[in-house]
Amino acid sequence: MQLHLDDDQSIFVDTTRRYLADTSDIATIRALAETERGFDADWWARGAELGWTSLLAPERMGGGGVSDDAVSDLALIAFERGRLIAPGPFASVNAVVAALATSDAHDDLLARLIAGTSVATLAASERGVRWPGPGVTTSLSTVGDAVEITGEKITVESAAVAEAFVVLAAGPEGDRLVVVPADADGVEIAPRRSPDLVRRFADVTFRDVRIGRDAVLELERSDLERVLDIATVLQLAETVGVLDRVLEFTIEWASDRYSFGRPLSSYQELKHRFADMTLWLEASKATVTEAAAAVTKQPEQAGQYVSAAASYVHEHGPELVQDCVQMHGGIGVTWEHDIHLYLRRVTLNSLTCGTVADHRERLASMILEGAGR
Amino acid sequence: MSTTVSHDIDRVPDAAELERYRAEAREWLAENMPPLDPRADPNQQTKEHVKDLARRLHSGGYSGICFPREVGGAGLTRSHHRVFCEEAADYELPIYLGTPGLSIIAPPIMEFGTEQQREHVAAMLRGERLFVQMMSEPTGGSDMAGALTRAERDGDVWVLNGSKIWSSGASRADWGLVLVRTDWSVPKHRGLSMLLLDLSLPGVTVNTIKMVDGSEEFCEEFFDDVQVPHECILGEPNDGWTVANRLLFHERQSVGGGSPYHFNRPKSARSSARGSDLVGIVGRNGREADPVARQLIGEAHANELVGRQLISRVSDAVASGVLPPIAGSLLRLNTGVTAMRRGSIALGLAGTEGATWEDGDDADHPADQFILRQASCIGGGTTEMQRNLISERLLGMPREPAADKDRPFNEVRRSRREENTR
Ligand SMILES: Cc1cc2nc3c(=O)[nH]c(=O)nc-3n(C[C@H](O)[C@H](O)[C@H](O)COP(=O)(O)OP(=O)(O)OC[C@H]3O[C@@H](n4cnc5c(N)ncnc54)[C@H](O)[C@@H]3O)c2cc1C
Repeated sequence: MQLHLDDDQSIFVDTTRRYLADTSDIATIRALAETERGFDADWWARGAELGWTSLLAPERMGGGGVSDDAVSDLALIAFERGRLIAPGPFASVNAVVAALATSDAHDDLLARLIAGTSVATLAASERGVRWPGPGVTTSLSTVGDAVEITGEKITVESAAVAEAFVVLAAGPEGDRLVVVPADADGVEIAPRRSPDLVRRFADVTFRDVRIGRDAVLELERSDLERVLDIATVLQLAETVGVLDRVLEFTIEWASDRYSFGRPLSSYQELKHRFADMTLWLEASKATVTEAAAAVTKQPEQAGQYVSAAASYVHEHGPELVQDCVQMHGGIGVTWEHDIHLYLRRVTLNSLTCGTVADHRERLASMILEGAGR
Repeated sequence: MSTTVSHDIDRVPDAAELERYRAEAREWLAENMPPLDPRADPNQQTKEHVKDLARRLHSGGYSGICFPREVGGAGLTRSHHRVFCEEAADYELPIYLGTPGLSIIAPPIMEFGTEQQREHVAAMLRGERLFVQMMSEPTGGSDMAGALTRAERDGDVWVLNGSKIWSSGASRADWGLVLVRTDWSVPKHRGLSMLLLDLSLPGVTVNTIKMVDGSEEFCEEFFDDVQVPHECILGEPNDGWTVANRLLFHERQSVGGGSPYHFNRPKSARSSARGSDLVGIVGRNGREADPVARQLIGEAHANELVGRQLISRVSDAVASGVLPPIAGSLLRLNTGVTAMRRGSIALGLAGTEGATWEDGDDADHPADQFILRQASCIGGGTTEMQRNLISERLLGMPREPAADKDRPFNEVRRSRREENTR
C-alpha cells in the first residue's frame, strides 16, 4: 500500500504475507465460518509472534515500530490481511494496546495481548451516537475508592473470547477509556450476527460494574480519539487490501471471459467502470497511507485525515466490490463464488468504526466549529 | 518524468532547506506581489497584466522554479514549487502563463526544441511571450490526431491553412503551438507535424467565442496561406504525434494538478480562492446546524483532501517508476469528477436562497457556476478519454476498434455526411 518500504518493513510484510498465504486461504476461511470464535487461538498467537499486536506497546515491553512509524507498519499488515480476508480482531486489539500503553497499571494484560495468548477489544459504539462521540451515554462515576460503569455498547468485537474491554464512557471530567474485565460482575454479553462470516460481535451491557480506579485511563478527548483513530485507520487499510484483491481478480475474470466473441474487458462500458474503480483504489491507497502516517507524524491533523479517508473509502469501497459482483454476472451472487466473502468484509468495515455519515459529520465539526483542535 | 529538464526535480530537499525557502518566499511575496482578490476571475487577467505578474515573479526567481537555469529557471525541485504555491495562495499569479504556457507547452519545447526554439521558454519565463495551445478543431478534439489543418512545404516555408477552435486565451497570446497535417497519404498518426506559430503573421485570424458564463476565454483561429518559416517545426516533420503525446502527458499532469510547472492553488472547503467558498455559503444561509449541509461540507472536504493525496502519490509513483506516466490520467479523471461533484454540492448548499442575486453582484454564484460545470470534464481531454487511457494503457485492456486504423488518412471518413455521399 505504501509506495516505498524500507528493508525492515519489506521483511516484516513478507513474513506476514507468507504466513497468511500458508494458513489463511479461502478454504480455511470458509471452514472457520462454522466455528464459534471465527479464528484459531494458536494461529493468532503465532501471528502475534510476527509482530501483529506488539508494535504499539511501550518500549519497556518490547514494543516499537519496525520503522519510525508503528501505525503505518501495522497498516501494511492490515492491508495484507484484507487481501486474504483474514479473521481476528486485528484493528481493535491494536487500538487497545495503544490505549493500555499510556498507563502501567495493565502490564499483565498488555503482556498477554502482545503474546497473542489473550485478546481485549474496544467497546466504543452505542446506539444513536455518532462515532467517535462525543455524546456517549455509558456513564463512569466514582464510588469511594472504586469506579462504576453503566451502559450498553454495540458491535464489540470478539466479545465472547475477550479477556477485557476498553470502554468509552462519559465521566465527571469528560469522556474516558476504561479497562473492564470481561468477567466482572454486571457485564453481560449478547452475541449478534454480522455479514462477515469469521468476525464475531456482541452487544455488551455494563450494569453497575464496579472496578478499581486504576481501570480508568487518564486520556483527554484528543488522546482518546487517537486510540479510536488507530482502530479506524487499521480497519481502513484492511478494506483497501480487500479492494486491491477484488479488483485484481475481477480484471482477470473480465479478460478471460468472452461474450459475443470477445473479452468482457474489450467493452467500453466495462472498461470505463474499471477505470473508475482503479481511480477509487489508487485514491484509497493514497488517503489511507497518509492517514496512517498522520497518527504519528502529524497528530494535530490525524483526526481530519482519518475521517477524510474513512469518508472516501467507505463511500467507494462497497460500491467497488458491488460493481465487481455485477461484472461477474450470475456466478457473482452465488455462495460458491468467493466474492461475497470480500463484500462481507468491506460492508462490515464500513459500519463498525464510524460510517461515512459519522466521518463527514466529524469533518464538518472540525471545519465549522474548529472541533478536534 | 524528468527527461525534460537537466536537473533532478524529484530530489527531496531536507526540511531545513525547504523552511528557509518558504520563509524567503513569504517575505518576497508580501513585498512584490499584489494580494489576490478572491472574487477576481483569473481568466479575466489581461495580456499586459499577466506579463507584468510574470515579470515580477521572474525578478524574484520564482517564475520557473522547476525549469533549468540555462533557460532562466531556478533549477529547483517539486517540493520548492509546492512550498511556493502554498505561500502564494493569497496572491495574484500569472495563471495564464502557468497554464498552458509553462506547464503544457514549455516541457515539449524543452524536450524536442532546438537551442533557438528553447529561447521561447526563456521568453515565457521573463514574461515577454504568452503561448496558446491549438490542438482541437471544429471536427474533433478527442480524436486529436485526426487534425485537418494542413501545412504544405514550399521551399523554406510551410504554408498553413485551416482552423483551430476552443483554444483558451488565444486572444491574449503572442505565439501558438499548432498541430497540423503534413502528409495525407499515411495513417493519421504518421502524417502530423507540430508548428510554433507567431500569431502576428499575415493570414492568422483570432476570434473570441462567448462561453456559457459570458466570458470570452474560448477562441477560434483561421489560417489563410500563412507562411511559417521551416525552423518553426518542433521535432521532426511528420513526427508531430511524438511531440503531441508528450504535450498530452503534460496537459494531464497540469489539469490533474500534478504538474510542477503551473501555479497550483491549494483548495479546501474554506477556500477563499475562486471556486465557491462552501463554508461561506452555509454561513450566509444560516445552515451550520443543518445535518444535510454538514454532510455535504464533510464530503467536499474529504474529496479535496483525497485529491491532493492522490496527486502526491501518483506523482511519486510515476517519478519512481512504480507506475507508468499514463497514470497521470488518474489525476485528470479525478479533478474532473471531483469538480463535478463540488459543483453539485455548492448548488445544493446554495439552495433556494442561491437561485437569485442582485443585479450587479458579481460574486461567485453556485447556480451560475453550475451552468459551466461540465467544462471541467471536457477541457484538457474529456473524462471519457481518460477512462479509455486508464483501461487500455494502465490496465492493458483491449483498445477500442478504430475504423481509421492503418488506413491512409485521405481515405478515412470524417462525418456521417461523408459516409452517406461516398
Ligand atoms: C475549458 C476548456 C478549455 C479548452 N482549452 C483548449 C485549448 O487551449 N486548446 C485546445 O486545443 N483545445 C482546448 N479545449 C478543447 C478540448 O480539448 C476539447 O473540447 C476536448 O478534447 C473534446 O473535444 P471535442 O470538443 O471536439 O468533443 P468530441 O471529441 O467530439 O467529443 C464529444 C463527446 O464524445 C466523447 N467521445 C469522443 N470520443 C470518444 C471515444 N473514443 N470514447 C468515448 N467517448 C468519446 C467525448 O468524451 C465527449 O463527451 C478546451 C475545452 C474546454 C472545455
